[in-house]
Amino acid sequence: MRYGRTVAVVAALLLTTTACGGGFDDEGGAAQQSSGPADLKVLIASSGDAETKAVTDAAAAWASASGNKATVTPAQDIVQQLGQAFAGSTPPDVFYVDAARFADYASVGALEPYADKVSNLDDFYPNLRQAFTYDGTVYCVPKDTSTLALEINTDLWQKAGLTDADVPTTWDQLTAVAQKIKAKGVVPLAIGDTRDRVGAFLVQNGGWWTSADGKQATADTPANEAALTYVQGLLKGGLAQYPKQLDTGWGGEAFGKGKAAMTIEGNWIKGAMKADFPTVKYTVHELPAGPTGTKGTLSFTQCWGIAAKSRYKDQAIKFVEAMTAADQQLAFATAFGVMPSRQSAQAQYTAKFPEDAPFIAGVAYGHGPVNAPKMDSVLADLDTGLQGLATGSPKAVLQRFDKNAKTALGG
Amino acid sequence: MADSKRGGIRGNERVAGWLFVTPVVAVLGLFLVVPILMALWVSLTDWNGQGSPFRSGVPFAGLDNYTGLFTDDGLARQNFMTSIRNNAYYVAAVVPLQTLLALGLALVVNNRLLKGKGFFRTAFYFPSVTSSVAISVVFLFMFSNSGAINEILGFVGVNGPQWFADPRGVLHLALGAVGLVDVSAPPAALTDHGVLGLTWWDWSSGPSVAMCAIIALVVWTTSGTFMLMFLAALQNIPGQLDEAGLVDGATRWQRLRFITLPQLRPTMFLVLTLGLIGSWQVFDQIYVMSQGNPAKTTLTPAYLSYRTAFRDFDYGSGAAISFVLFLIIIVLTLLQRRALRERP
Repeated sequence: MRYGRTVAVVAALLLTTTACGGGFDDEGGAAQQSSGPADLKVLIASSGDAETKAVTDAAAAWASASGNKATVTPAQDIVQQLGQAFAGSTPPDVFYVDAARFADYASVGALEPYADKVSNLDDFYPNLRQAFTYDGTVYCVPKDTSTLALEINTDLWQKAGLTDADVPTTWDQLTAVAQKIKAKGVVPLAIGDTRDRVGAFLVQNGGWWTSADGKQATADTPANEAALTYVQGLLKGGLAQYPKQLDTGWGGEAFGKGKAAMTIEGNWIKGAMKADFPTVKYTVHELPAGPTGTKGTLSFTQCWGIAAKSRYKDQAIKFVEAMTAADQQLAFATAFGVMPSRQSAQAQYTAKFPEDAPFIAGVAYGHGPVNAPKMDSVLADLDTGLQGLATGSPKAVLQRFDKNAKTALGG
Repeated sequence: MADSKRGGIRGNERVAGWLFVTPVVAVLGLFLVVPILMALWVSLTDWNGQGSPFRSGVPFAGLDNYTGLFTDDGLARQNFMTSIRNNAYYVAAVVPLQTLLALGLALVVNNRLLKGKGFFRTAFYFPSVTSSVAISVVFLFMFSNSGAINEILGFVGVNGPQWFADPRGVLHLALGAVGLVDVSAPPAALTDHGVLGLTWWDWSSGPSVAMCAIIALVVWTTSGTFMLMFLAALQNIPGQLDEAGLVDGATRWQRLRFITLPQLRPTMFLVLTLGLIGSWQVFDQIYVMSQGNPAKTTLTPAYLSYRTAFRDFDYGSGAAISFVLFLIIIVLTLLQRRALRERP
């Protein structure tokens, strides 16, 4: 009797489950398109109030000029919020997509491949377009870019008896100046303990974690091993330290606090230094080149993604076009310190911010993040290996990455 | 349910009873049972997070998500087993420590000679009512390389570790300190063999230094709540029992061991069970303080489940991890219940 009742209850619950499932089912096919005035939902991963305000103002200007509506929402955690929105079939129409996550979204069909409908697509830097290419198709256009460069603390530099002529342009020179700085009891270099900093040395040695199309793992090569061995030498010799060892959250903080004479960070460090350490004097230089003279840095970028399920795709493309116009990119650059992704905006940008020349130079030869789906946990595992690089074996780190990446890439 | 005959004078009571509990059944069903069943379904699929998981096109994976955690030699199993190892050491440290501390505090506060009981009771309970996120942030400062803890250690001549950057396991450190093994070159017998994706050397690491900081935090915050439970139980023990022991000439220790502790057995079971369940599910401290770093030594199944689902978009595997965790908790609780059973 009692047993029978339990079965009835469970059956009722199962029915509720299926009913629920039907509740947020979707038609599965292409989303119904609406013409006329659109109500665009824009989700951004804002770096701060300055960015939120600039994007909101630009969106409002576009909306009133074009007779549409655009609501900009800054995300707390855009990966999670987008994940929930896609699962519920109600994604925002336009949203930021980080290059490191792009392939995940593109591979599951969440993104609309609209890039060929944007005017003058070739004007965007080729390596940035490559970062948003999946299976040979450019999906979305980059909104801006950032690159890594070498920052040097002027006071600590002079204290070590170094001059402008000593700014390192090769690995050997970097080691040499680091030893001089260390002799004065100062930590020479603070470098982030992730692939997003250490990876630059691989590029300088002509290597990379994966093949250009992102389909093969190519970490275990002599060039990559040499690059990691060089970084390991810096760490072992006390010439470089990870920010955590210096009791700081990132390289810029260690640098601003004067705990390290040099750091390798991107152009976002400008804003951080201005806000947190306004009195610290520093200069910016291109990263030193590898043994073969190869210049290399990493570039970071986000694109304006348009949801495949958006009802206002045409209007959304027009919105993105307005946001990525050269003069609008320059306005964003002024407001929150990013660099334009259009080559036609470069001359004006360099004229306006001459001190950013090393960052701008890096855009031309910068390498984007690993562009393949399902790689997040593999890359997190790689970071774990890099954290233990000082005591570990570079070859083991690379082999482990290859093994895990092969499984994830299915090749 | 003594009267199960139908048609009696109380025949309608059953219907009325069900009617009265309907709201609770509906609420629990909607917000507890249905989501659990939905998650169970997700754990059997390769749902990629696009649209509803109950559509027809969602690929059914069977038990693949579960076998991936146990039998396939890959990153998923390695991460999962690492998280299980971390959490097992964490539980093994937290549960006894917090129970002992809570019992000790309760005995102190229950002491009839203690002045200002209210003050101490509040002071000991205070960490439990503070937000765990806020406390976690404060502990981050205390355990930073130049923080309060390392300053104090410096006074007594100890060079404190870089707490949240230190992935070394304390068992390894202890073994190295007594000279049993060389930590920089561990014995090949342990590193070359292993089970379930981790070597014996990895399994035997003990909690990492970073995990120890989190253990200290959790013991400190939870012991207040359990102290209250012990205190309530202590105040229920009639004073005559203690006095009878006194008359029989029992020492203070004997009275605690043979009179007080046996009376606390039900509370002890409650505290151990709640402690076990809570510490297997540790999430917010990890999320705020370490995100699984350094070197995955603070990765726990609950955090791994979150990361797998929402970072890797591997919702099936993430849901599978949480169901395995659920099973672990159930099994351990049953074992504990058996161990603490009253013996005739």
